[in-house]
Amino acid sequence: MEELIAKLKEQIIAELNLEDVKPEDINDDSPLFGEGGLGLDSIDALELIVLLEKNYGIKIEDPKEGKTIFYSIRTLAEYITTNKKA
Amino acid sequence: MKAYISGIGNISPQKTCEQKGFPEELVEYTGNFLQIILPDYKLYIDLMARRRMGRIIKAGVSAAKICLNDAGATMPEAIITGTGLGCIEDTERFLSSVLENQERLLNPAHFMQSTYNTLCSQIAIQLSCTNYNNTFVHRAFSFESALIDAMMLIAEERAGNVLVGGVDEITANHYAISGKLGIWKKETVSSLHLLESSTEGTIPGEGAAYFFLTAQPVDTSYACLTDVATFYKPKTSAQMAENIQKFLAKNGMTSKDIDLLMLGFNGDVDSDEVYNRICNQIFDKKPTTAYKHLCGEFFTSTSFALSMASAILKLQQVPEYMLIKNSPELPVRNILVWNHYHNAEHSLLLVQRIEK
Amino acid sequence: MEKRVFITGIGIITGIGNNADETLNSVFASHSGIGEIIHVSTIHKGSIPVSEVKCNNAELFHLLGIPEKEGISRTFLLGLMAAKEALKTSGITDISAWKTGLVSATTVGGMDKSELYYQDFLKNDFHNEYIDTHDCADSTEKIADYLGISDFLTTISTACSSSANSIMFGARLIKNGKLDRVIAGGTECLSKFHISGFHSLQILDTQPCKPFDENRQGLTLGEGAAYLILESEEVVKAENKEVLCELTGFGNACEAFHQTASSPEGTGAVLAMQKALASANLNPSDIDYINAHGTGTENNDLSEGVAIETVFGSHIPPVSSTKAFTGHTTSAAGAVEAVLSVLAIKNHLIYPNLNFQTAMKELHFLPVKNLITDAKINHVLSNSFGFGGNDTSLIFSRY
Repeated sequence: MEELIAKLKEQIIAELNLEDVKPEDINDDSPLFGEGGLGLDSIDALELIVLLEKNYGIKIEDPKEGKTIFYSIRTLAEYITTNKKA
Repeated sequence: MKAYISGIGNISPQKTCEQKGFPEELVEYTGNFLQIILPDYKLYIDLMARRRMGRIIKAGVSAAKICLNDAGATMPEAIITGTGLGCIEDTERFLSSVLENQERLLNPAHFMQSTYNTLCSQIAIQLSCTNYNNTFVHRAFSFESALIDAMMLIAEERAGNVLVGGVDEITANHYAISGKLGIWKKETVSSLHLLESSTEGTIPGEGAAYFFLTAQPVDTSYACLTDVATFYKPKTSAQMAENIQKFLAKNGMTSKDIDLLMLGFNGDVDSDEVYNRICNQIFDKKPTTAYKHLCGEFFTSTSFALSMASAILKLQQVPEYMLIKNSPELPVRNILVWNHYHNAEHSLLLVQRIEK
Repeated sequence: MEKRVFITGIGIITGIGNNADETLNSVFASHSGIGEIIHVSTIHKGSIPVSEVKCNNAELFHLLGIPEKEGISRTFLLGLMAAKEALKTSGITDISAWKTGLVSATTVGGMDKSELYYQDFLKNDFHNEYIDTHDCADSTEKIADYLGISDFLTTISTACSSSANSIMFGARLIKNGKLDRVIAGGTECLSKFHISGFHSLQILDTQPCKPFDENRQGLTLGEGAAYLILESEEVVKAENKEVLCELTGFGNACEAFHQTASSPEGTGAVLAMQKALASANLNPSDIDYINAHGTGTENNDLSEGVAIETVFGSHIPPVSSTKAFTGHTTSAAGAVEAVLSVLAIKNHLIYPNLNFQTAMKELHFLPVKNLITDAKINHVLSNSFGFGGNDTSLIFSRY
């Protein structure tokens, strides 16, 4: 899980172009979206859906599910662990 | 319908950014195209905003902010942009992605960034500006249309000031593709010696220049933008000569009243002949400057010309490196900027010294 | 006093008809243009409905009476169809009799061809004649060349408000005395590029759109073109022109909120509508019908609905979106819906908001469900709100 969390942080930084953000700046349990968190928005949610399918083969049919799945790095990692295709 | 140029932000292939007046040192290009020198855009755009901005959007937003700083302004009453090609890099990226991935797993950010008005809206978002916003996308009329829109807004008193800019970029792919139309130089030419060339073709460039136009002159004003006009496919050079003379007459002038010409010479022998033929008739011995050896050829290059003309009028200096022939006498009061693109789009800008 | 601007001609081509008469026939028959994708090669064929103009390019060439040749985009063909009809309905035989401009709008431009040939552009010389049809000005200049217009040309691109901005800019060129007459509008054809783009934003409905419905799932893309002939009072009087209606007001504002979303309060929409009313010297209570932007996306319909309630208070006139008829024609939408607004005034119509079933819980008004054919219509407000938060409202008034 810790390995996946570390990898996810790097992938998110790269994919969402967070050029000045380092993995250690992202707290595992802080909200990714909205103010008070990483400040991601609805377009980022779509990009994360693409990332999930591209890198982990997991397809999210309903973007609204994203709210719970992408709440934090940890919730995302847990979702991937549960749903990743072998 | 005049307006005053009261702030400038010019990001170009020369060191024009954050520098009032003229670059002291010129940058020479010997490759396929001239590219902008990007400032430290982190000074102007925060992380969460800039991560979704391609190179030319970063340049445009930075130029807009530099312009507003120069004018001592924070909130424009309108924002208008001219761009001939838009964010071509993002368009190429999204298109390539569509084609290579058979339309699957596409990044929506690149699609969003490829829309032509994305820069103008990003500037508005950065400034929280809910005022009038427009984007013109008509080749070498793009920046001129934006200026006409801005000047009309001021004349209508719908806006007391307008942030107006011209922005275009060049990419390796666009250079290669458009090169098939035979418009670029085939041989290696130094940009600084472009205008000495007697072959066909020119060298592409790019730029992002914003101007703060005001209804009245203020402390930060450079010059008066008195009139702008566009002419589409004049049938003969006699007709274009007549267009120029009518334009001047409309502004109470004749060709004698022009102190300095700033022409869109671009080193293409046929294109440059269009200017020479007419100038020999109506502007004989006129002090003449050029600018595309500094910024390259692109649809909104007159934005670079306007920033140079403004500086000339304010500082009452004409840089040697812009002068083609016939040194001007000071004071320089009236500058006529004239550019054309393939003899299809001609534009005239009348820029004048602010008389106290 | 500000010069008045009159509409003396209209031209329109969309999925519901190749001209104004066919368009009205479809409206009377409640016939939507939405169906399967036919003309665009895309993986979304069969799963995403669109409203396509029913002619293929060969048929358009034939209808236009011009020889088929390479180097021509569908955007130009659609645009020329509508522009020619506009000139005809205005009775213009000598384009150079007055100082005439063309203000067009597009975002797709020649992308319908570029996307087919992009890899060829890079690797070979098989399709070089399409290289310079890509940019937005291409269709404008080709239309101008065909119609003999050269006094003034420009092209606007502000996403979904583009051609509404063309009409506003064209009117201002007349009011400022720069031109006597402007052909103003826009044209957009469907392309794989923007079908994919909108799909990646997850805002396309897999069923025909349901504007202002609680269960709306997104927009339905469409294609088309429309132009208005705007003329000054001087031209109308000198030529004894029949006036279809008057463009009495316009307003543009920017949401400045997000690249692809409107604010929940619809700030930009409120400002655009208020500016249009102020410029027309009208009160909200003077508006007899609102042709809404109404795309069927969760975001737009809520934002626009709230904005309408803010501006009109408790006296909201009949509201409907016509996008369930024509689809969302993106850059052409402003002009398509301007023509529909003109037709509404001429024919005393209020269009039905097709596919509406369930009221949005956040809004207090319901869109018009059934076509009204005997409406008292003096003033129509037409909204067009684009990506990047570019919001424009136009007001057309009975003359």
